[in-house]
Amino acid sequence: MAGGQKRIGKELAEVTKDPPEGITVSLVSEADIYNWDIQLEGPEDSPYAGGTFKLLLALPTDYPFKPPTLNFKTKVYHPNVSNDDKGSMCLGMLRSEEWKPSSKISGVLRTARNLLIEPNPDDAVETQIAEQYKSSRKDFDKIARDWTKKYAKA
Amino acid sequence: MDSEDEFISGMSSDQEMDDDLEDSLGEGEWEYLLLCYFDDDDDQGLFDTQDKDIKSSHKPHEVDFKVIGPREIQAAQDKHIEEAALILGLPTETCAILLRYFHWNKDRLIESYMDRPEQVLENAGFGPSSKSPPKAQVVPGFVCEICCEDEPGLETYAMKCGHRFCVDCYRQYLTQKIKDEGEAARIQCPKEGCSRIVDSKSLDLMVPGDLHERYQVLLTRTYVDDKENLKWCPAPNCEYAVECGIKKRQLNQIVPSVQCTCSHSFCFGCTLNEHQPTPCSLVKKWLKKCEDDSETANWISANTKECPECGSTIEKNGGCNHMTCRKCKHEFCWICMGPWSEHGTSWYNCNRFEEKSGSEARDAQARSRQSLERYLHYYNRYANHEQSAKLDKDLYLKTEKKMTNLQTMSGMSWIEVQFLDQASQILQQCRQTLKWTYAFAFYLQRENLAHIFEDNQKDLEMAVENLSEMFEKPTSELSGLKVDMINRTAYCQKRRIILLSDTAENLRNGVWKFTVDLD
Repeated sequence: MAGGQKRIGKELAEVTKDPPEGITVSLVSEADIYNWDIQLEGPEDSPYAGGTFKLLLALPTDYPFKPPTLNFKTKVYHPNVSNDDKGSMCLGMLRSEEWKPSSKISGVLRTARNLLIEPNPDDAVETQIAEQYKSSRKDFDKIARDWTKKYAKA
Repeated sequence: MDSEDEFISGMSSDQEMDDDLEDSLGEGEWEYLLLCYFDDDDDQGLFDTQDKDIKSSHKPHEVDFKVIGPREIQAAQDKHIEEAALILGLPTETCAILLRYFHWNKDRLIESYMDRPEQVLENAGFGPSSKSPPKAQVVPGFVCEICCEDEPGLETYAMKCGHRFCVDCYRQYLTQKIKDEGEAARIQCPKEGCSRIVDSKSLDLMVPGDLHERYQVLLTRTYVDDKENLKWCPAPNCEYAVECGIKKRQLNQIVPSVQCTCSHSFCFGCTLNEHQPTPCSLVKKWLKKCEDDSETANWISANTKECPECGSTIEKNGGCNHMTCRKCKHEFCWICMGPWSEHGTSWYNCNRFEEKSGSEARDAQARSRQSLERYLHYYNRYANHEQSAKLDKDLYLKTEKKMTNLQTMSGMSWIEVQFLDQASQILQQCRQTLKWTYAFAFYLQRENLAHIFEDNQKDLEMAVENLSEMFEKPTSELSGLKVDMINRTAYCQKRRIILLSDTAENLRNGVWKFTVDLD
């Protein structure tokens, strides 16, 4: 797995030096390069604005041939994030049939943040939230804002 | 006989018309042209076998089908690929990928390619071509985007799209796709955003030898999976497929039972075990119902009653007959089901069976139980035949022993004791049919036709039990019973065919009335 580690090291250096907008990356523990702590600033033009969301990015041992997984540690009201203690985020590019070994973590993080700006209700894990997002956007925004205030502010 | 023949010829011309209609939409004309131009023999089907010609059907419940082996499947694919290559003037490699991309619909591929070749190639994963030939090479100053290795002398590979990676990464990527994900025909270039499909030349070059076989198997699988008229035999480790013209939309009019060369009988529609006379959609509903309800329903039937007020199901878990419903707080008597308030002071037992309020509650109870009991009636008979079929199978194994005994005891030859083997097999078949008649009857509306169905069912059931009991006889008597046994076997067979033909005919004509929609 030496190849995998070299690649992970390089990617970590890159996102630390030049992180995508609104994202900070650090290792959960210095001894383990497979688990990354992610801090995600809620995008300005979204109901998540003002909140800071903690996420865990876990890389499989055969990364980059298998995709990483991304979980919200901070509770978030979003059609594409499971509303349970896992907070798993459903990203198209993280599905094994869509993942390519040349895909980069910075790309994953950018896509994740974009999903906060623009949820994808047609590919939702929380169908009820998706339904509300489509039919009564105002109510959705309000709950998402309330949750941000309640869970995502220090 | 005449009328039957007429019925069949009427049916087959209907089918031909259906096929013609479809042909004008897709398949057909091109195939015809191809046959004129390129075919050196006169076969019109996909598979040219002499000995396994399509069995033509004689009874309304039988369908035409043909069993085909791995070699024939491969040959059929190759034939399609070669034909497309000749027409399109493209390399066979390319055509193989194109055909897989078009789910083996050759005519649609040819039509689309004639219209807009660039787009077809693009969509199927042939991006803009670069000139470098497909082979592994060392490129100075190369850094692999996947593993970030950059040591000099690193072997690299790129397809025509020009996305270059080190050979190790390429290998690992393909191995994982084939081995872990069972992907074969539609593996894309490892580059993010590149939809170029890895062609089999590249695969030959990059995939380790032991995976080639697996890759070929997966490729062949896609061929059968993509063709609507082909299905794999679902028996474990069976390599055969069955070709049958029954379409999905016909499954409410026909129950297409087929038998593989490996002797496994299954339904071509849903690939479950053979389930005539019950149509696939009812089978699905029934199995779901049994899975959800059977154990629970049995237990509920034996141990619970419903609250006379709100209908909640209640289990009595103590000795006291004074019940209070947890849900609606209604108080009633477990014995007479009447309200407890009318019991006055006679706690703990009930002697007021004739009171009106109590009997009304019991009536309501009875009605609500009726549907449960009705289901259990059919389920128990269904399950019983399933169980009996298993026991009969044990018997079948003993039969062989009996046959050997019989040969030595009576001096009969092997061929002369085959009647036992025959009887046993017919018995299995009939039990399977009977089992499914109960699922069928469960969904049948009560009317005249249902009575006829039940008569047929009863006749078959009697015939089966009459034959089944013969197997219990001591071996010494069997040779004397040979004629009787052969007769009973023939009668079972006859009853089964009558029931199946009759049901199939009515199904095809849409005259059965079911309590649920066929969908």
